[in-house]
Amino acid sequence: MPQQELDKAVSGEYALGFEIDIEQDTVPPGLDENTIKFISAKKDEPKWMLELRLKAFEKWKKMTEPSWGHLEYEPIDYQSISYFSAPKQAPDSLDEVDPKILEAYKKLGIPLEEQKQLQGIAVDAVIDSVSVKTTYSEELEKHGVIFCSISDAIRDYPELVKKYMYSVVPVTDNFFAALNSAVFTDGTFVYIPKGVRCPMELSTYFRINALNTGQFERTIVIADEGSYVSYNEGCSAPTRDDNQLHAAVVELIALKDAEIKYSTIQNWYPGDENGKGGIYNFVTKRGICEENAKISWTQVETGSAITWKYPSCILKGDNSVGEFYSVAVTTLAQQADTGTKMIHIGKNTKSTIISKGISAMKGQNTYRGLVKMGAGAEGARNYSECDSLLIGDRCGAHTFPYLESKDSLGQVEHEATTSKISDEQLFYLRQRGINEEDAVSMIVHGFCKDVFKMLPMEYAVEAKALLNLTLEGSVG
Amino acid sequence: MSNMMEIKDLQAKIGDKKILNGLNLTLEKGKVHAIMGPNGAGKSTLSKAIVGHYDIEVLGGEILYRGENIVDKEPEERALDGIFLSFQHPVEVAGVNNAYFLRTAVNAKRRHEGKDELNAAEFLREMKKQVETLGMKPDMISRSLNEGFSGGEKKRNEILQMQMLQPDMIVLDEIDSGLDIDALRAVSEGINSMKDGERSFLVITHYSRILDYIKPDYIHVLKDGKIVHTGGPELVAQLEEEGYESLGEA
Ligand SMILES: Nc1ncnc2c1ncn2[C@@H]1O[C@H](COP(=O)(O)OP(=O)(O)OP(=O)(O)O)[C@@H](O)[C@H]1O
Ligand SMILES: [Mg+2]
Repeated sequence: MPQQELDKAVSGEYALGFEIDIEQDTVPPGLDENTIKFISAKKDEPKWMLELRLKAFEKWKKMTEPSWGHLEYEPIDYQSISYFSAPKQAPDSLDEVDPKILEAYKKLGIPLEEQKQLQGIAVDAVIDSVSVKTTYSEELEKHGVIFCSISDAIRDYPELVKKYMYSVVPVTDNFFAALNSAVFTDGTFVYIPKGVRCPMELSTYFRINALNTGQFERTIVIADEGSYVSYNEGCSAPTRDDNQLHAAVVELIALKDAEIKYSTIQNWYPGDENGKGGIYNFVTKRGICEENAKISWTQVETGSAITWKYPSCILKGDNSVGEFYSVAVTTLAQQADTGTKMIHIGKNTKSTIISKGISAMKGQNTYRGLVKMGAGAEGARNYSECDSLLIGDRCGAHTFPYLESKDSLGQVEHEATTSKISDEQLFYLRQRGINEEDAVSMIVHGFCKDVFKMLPMEYAVEAKALLNLTLEGSVG
Repeated sequence: MSNMMEIKDLQAKIGDKKILNGLNLTLEKGKVHAIMGPNGAGKSTLSKAIVGHYDIEVLGGEILYRGENIVDKEPEERALDGIFLSFQHPVEVAGVNNAYFLRTAVNAKRRHEGKDELNAAEFLREMKKQVETLGMKPDMISRSLNEGFSGGEKKRNEILQMQMLQPDMIVLDEIDSGLDIDALRAVSEGINSMKDGERSFLVITHYSRILDYIKPDYIHVLKDGKIVHTGGPELVAQLEEEGYESLGEA
């Protein structure tokens, strides 16, 4: 197939690139102790939190940005970023949420008004540095479930926050995690009490709106013994010529017999086909499993100019289970270096990795994964499958699976394939009367099927639609 | 007009290699035409030229379908207009549900013809019926398109698609190769059930077995990129006896 036709078929327009026209409080660019004090004061934080932030900042200053990723980008100037931006007057109740914000969220498919809220899905809506609204909080409270912004949690549940924040992702884990530890603004806090099955899907929708502002969210999900929760996050940003930094940290804690299902649909603005603009997405996500616990990461990454992200599981408890299901799409000039780490510590721990990378146009897609079998991980097992699909001749796929095994009793099985979307397949579908765009979409969806089926229903529908939008150029 | 397709002085190459050297062939409405010929003669190339395969570059000549030259048409346009090819080697498509694929194709054709689309239930009812008649395993409906299908299962799946799509000009490239006795009968019956006095068939084969079932009206011999001989059904016996050597250039 001629290259232009293919490009047309895979350079879908970014549909969420609008800007919300609201007044925002934005601090001038720059980062020093005062910036951190300012953020902490804005959030009305207790002193201990500020102290933790300042300590993290000291450590960050001594660290260097990692360069091992298969990524190329202009150096980030950390002094040119604004570290806090919020819609003026953060509202206390929905009555005070700016109608323009409500309108914008409606446009994103997430109505926040009481009567119109999504059935069975509680939402924390975050714009730039603050949470503007959390739905169903009271309803959830009846079950003892805490679902609030991290800023509220720091004030209202300091003991839980002190115990778990930085417990899975230590401050100095990596450069971006350290930065986030110092300057994080908002994010979601979830606590599911012992034995409770969370009665609805929980979700956070992150929206970048302000210009030149970094978004540094911090999310903690704690599933106490024997509990279950399914948590989902989505994100988008306006179409802009400048790059914007998003550096999040997510920590999951699954205590004995608990299960956390964490799904992400990442659709940050990807930039244009010449690599101009787009979000730099440097994210640290990690969970820890105690005995018999299970953490399942599912991600659909279609956005961002740069994605650097490795949702991981520390399988500490015996018989614990970690899963990673990923679809990463890079088209235009996008670059993704993503994968997972499965750290087997406990006996009979089990992990599954299914990674599907799709590259089109000038997109570069890298799978990077580590499976580590600790000395005591007797009977541990891993299964990894990493498949890459190339559309056209100018894109690339790379696979870096690492294995560290101290225990010969651990079993690791790895399969990897790279295939070009085959002309033969496309032709077959077209010979049956299916047009080229639909044929490409059908093949790509088939390729992603094993991952999509892991998403909660509502999100699977969204993910499929998003994939079409990203790859088909058919605005739907 | 009584001709479904007229191929006139067709010249075509694959890569740098010229394969079709001025091929002439007329396919009549409602008739079954069989093509036989040695390996590498250009039979599959002809079938691919008819459906607009990207490997084939047409250098000259015409393919008139219902009087209109289709040489420059997109493959999907030709398909929607009723041309169907059963591939010699059907490709596997992982993760694409067979029924979903076929319903998409059937509905694309129905839209093209201005008919209402079939909903999933209507479509499945029809598909199940055909799957049963063809003696296919029921799980073929929900498996991925051709993935892990045996050679014979793939061929039956081609026939299933033909029956669901109801095309007008049907090209079958070695539909009989690799079929067991029961499959050959089922496939032949599937083909026969499509005969309606209007549809035309172009059946490429190396064996007389299938021709005993589907009773061709004409036998053409393709050699060195041309049709070198045309005759009636009696030609099959002669070819089986004497091979292609006896037939020189036309
Ligand atoms: N993609 C290709 N590249 C180069 N040569 C090709 C290609 N496809 C076919 N050919 C050549 O074209 C010639 C005709 O091939 P074709 O497949 O049409 O033969 P056929 O008559 O169908 O043979 P068979 O009976 O073995 O199926 C052969 O010499 C073959 O090697
Ligand atoms: Mg052939």
